[in-house]
Amino acid sequence: MVNGLTLGAVYAIVALGYTMVYGIIQLINFAHGELVMIGAMVAFTVINLLAAAGMPPLAVVLIGTACAIPVCMLVGYAMERLAYRPLRQAPRLAPLITAIGVSIILQHLAMLVWSRNVMAFPQIIPLTSYSFLGAIVTGVQLTIVGLCFAMMAGLALLVYRTRLGTAMRATAQNPQVARLMGVDVNRVIAATFIIGAALGAVAGVMFGTYYGVAQYTMGSVLGLKAFAAAVLGGIGNVPGAMVGGLVLGVVEALGAGYIGELTDLCRYGLGPEARCADGGHFVLFGSNYQDVFAFVVLILVLVFRPSGLLGERVGDRA
Amino acid sequence: MNRGKLIWTGVALVAITLLLLPFALSYAGTAWVRIANFAMLYVLLALGLNIVVGFAGLLDLGYIAFYAVGAYTYALLASPQFGLHLPFWVILPIGAAVAALFGVMLGAPTLKLRGDYLAIVTLGFGEIVRIFLNNLSQPVNITRGPQGIAGIDPVRVGSVDFSRSDSLLGVVFSGPMKYYYLLLLLLLAIVLVNVRLQNSRIGRAWEAIREDEVAARAMGIDTTGMKLLAFAMGASFGGVAGGMFAAIQGFISPESFVLVESVMVVSMVVLGGMGNVAGVILGALLLAFVPEILRWTVEPVQQALFGKMLVEPEVIRMLIFGLALVLVMLFRPAGLLPSAVRKRELTHDRST
Repeated sequence: MVNGLTLGAVYAIVALGYTMVYGIIQLINFAHGELVMIGAMVAFTVINLLAAAGMPPLAVVLIGTACAIPVCMLVGYAMERLAYRPLRQAPRLAPLITAIGVSIILQHLAMLVWSRNVMAFPQIIPLTSYSFLGAIVTGVQLTIVGLCFAMMAGLALLVYRTRLGTAMRATAQNPQVARLMGVDVNRVIAATFIIGAALGAVAGVMFGTYYGVAQYTMGSVLGLKAFAAAVLGGIGNVPGAMVGGLVLGVVEALGAGYIGELTDLCRYGLGPEARCADGGHFVLFGSNYQDVFAFVVLILVLVFRPSGLLGERVGDRA
Repeated sequence: MNRGKLIWTGVALVAITLLLLPFALSYAGTAWVRIANFAMLYVLLALGLNIVVGFAGLLDLGYIAFYAVGAYTYALLASPQFGLHLPFWVILPIGAAVAALFGVMLGAPTLKLRGDYLAIVTLGFGEIVRIFLNNLSQPVNITRGPQGIAGIDPVRVGSVDFSRSDSLLGVVFSGPMKYYYLLLLLLLAIVLVNVRLQNSRIGRAWEAIREDEVAARAMGIDTTGMKLLAFAMGASFGGVAGGMFAAIQGFISPESFVLVESVMVVSMVVLGGMGNVAGVILGALLLAFVPEILRWTVEPVQQALFGKMLVEPEVIRMLIFGLALVLVMLFRPAGLLPSAVRKRELTHDRST
């Protein structure tokens, strides 16, 4: 459960990047997962350097993150400017393909820079754990969940309480009218990409710290799950992404934890006797089906609520 | 020369080129014939996906699942895994049918979904199929999990075994060359089906659904049935291609059916020009051949320029591939050979 919440919080942050971009220009930014990966890689490089120099752990992680954010923002902006902006009037699938192209480019550039090897997180954070309502919680988990909620709150404030946020929502509703009202649509869209990229960078650092490793391929799976989370909540909907992320994380963690036990046919007296004798098991689905959950839940939700949990009904724009 | 004659001369030239191509390629090495075979498999896949994406306008990002289903159907029915060794003309239709069934399985619950919601669900479906293939080795061993299934029977017709060399009238036909002709035949059939479909009642119904589903229903089109038909039909093409893949390779594992492959096939369709059969074929051939050509040129060029390997060819290949996707889309957003409808859309004013 705690694992699920932590993971879910990270999914939610990444999902925000997808959903914000989608909300404004109806583009599935396939390269967003790669941004998260680059954030993690940059941060890990800096962290490894500084940790070797013997700086205090907290400062090391903070500086690492602080380095990752601008890099990701820059990449995010470049991506929007070069690959998506020229295609704003093009058929729907064209920017999707460029997004895929950008994702391939970023992934392999990262491989050139950081090689294929897994980069490990230095063991500098002490593993303190606390007992909380009967659950064991580590300091890292607490920090991640706390930070994620703070970021979500900050983003909600930004979107619903500031001038930029108003401009973003106006552009999302109708870019032409927004432009007539004096909104610099191009700047707003660029800002959306940059904010999403910054969130992605932080999420990358958190994800990497949580698992202790970072690799050039980490972006694709994480991106996929986060995208699923965004759709689950109703894509284009900021609170939806948060809810979707959390739900997905928890379902995944709980599912992986219990599925083996639940589908053990021996428990129901259905398994073949040779296998069930002496407390043996005949498990239909083990925890290696973990990744299936995210998608099964997603499909189930969409079958009954075709616009996601919090999504409003929108016409088909495909 | 009048127009009709010109066209027929062109067709004849293309036919002769296609027939002689494997001989030319085998001078460069049998590897190239194999590459041509895989390119044709990709064309098969792209044409199948074109039915779903190009004709009916349903974005499917998990198409490779049907390829996988076809391949595994073939592998399970013609390998030592279950001791079954059915001939290929029995298996290919079964594979197509099973894949079509999966297509309906995916299509039925997702009929209500639109646009990007459909995209993510199909993507999830593809991943689910792959994860199942990867894990169905326990508790009962069906797919052998990540190890994959080996020793799959090659295609055999009478006494002719497609995995061995034969000579006919003094000309030696290697295994890959025989597969080349078989694939060419299959391809011809599927291209024909595609072209005929496009202008049939069904094809026009799909087009109507793609352009405006509500209006299509108002005109009396059975949108549910038509969408399911698109899914089933596209899937069955994927199933046939998968079966051929299993036969040619002799070995399959879940690794061949990852998301990147789905993305690749979608790229082929969009890059070439959605909905246009010639465009899709061009897109598939380009994306299948260019990486291979790069694989064979990048290394020598680096050797010549720097005297050593600076960057792995695989990386450069993918970098150029990604760059090509971006550039083609930037300069030709409707694909290399856009379909007539898309062309019209683009030149029209797009104020909506």
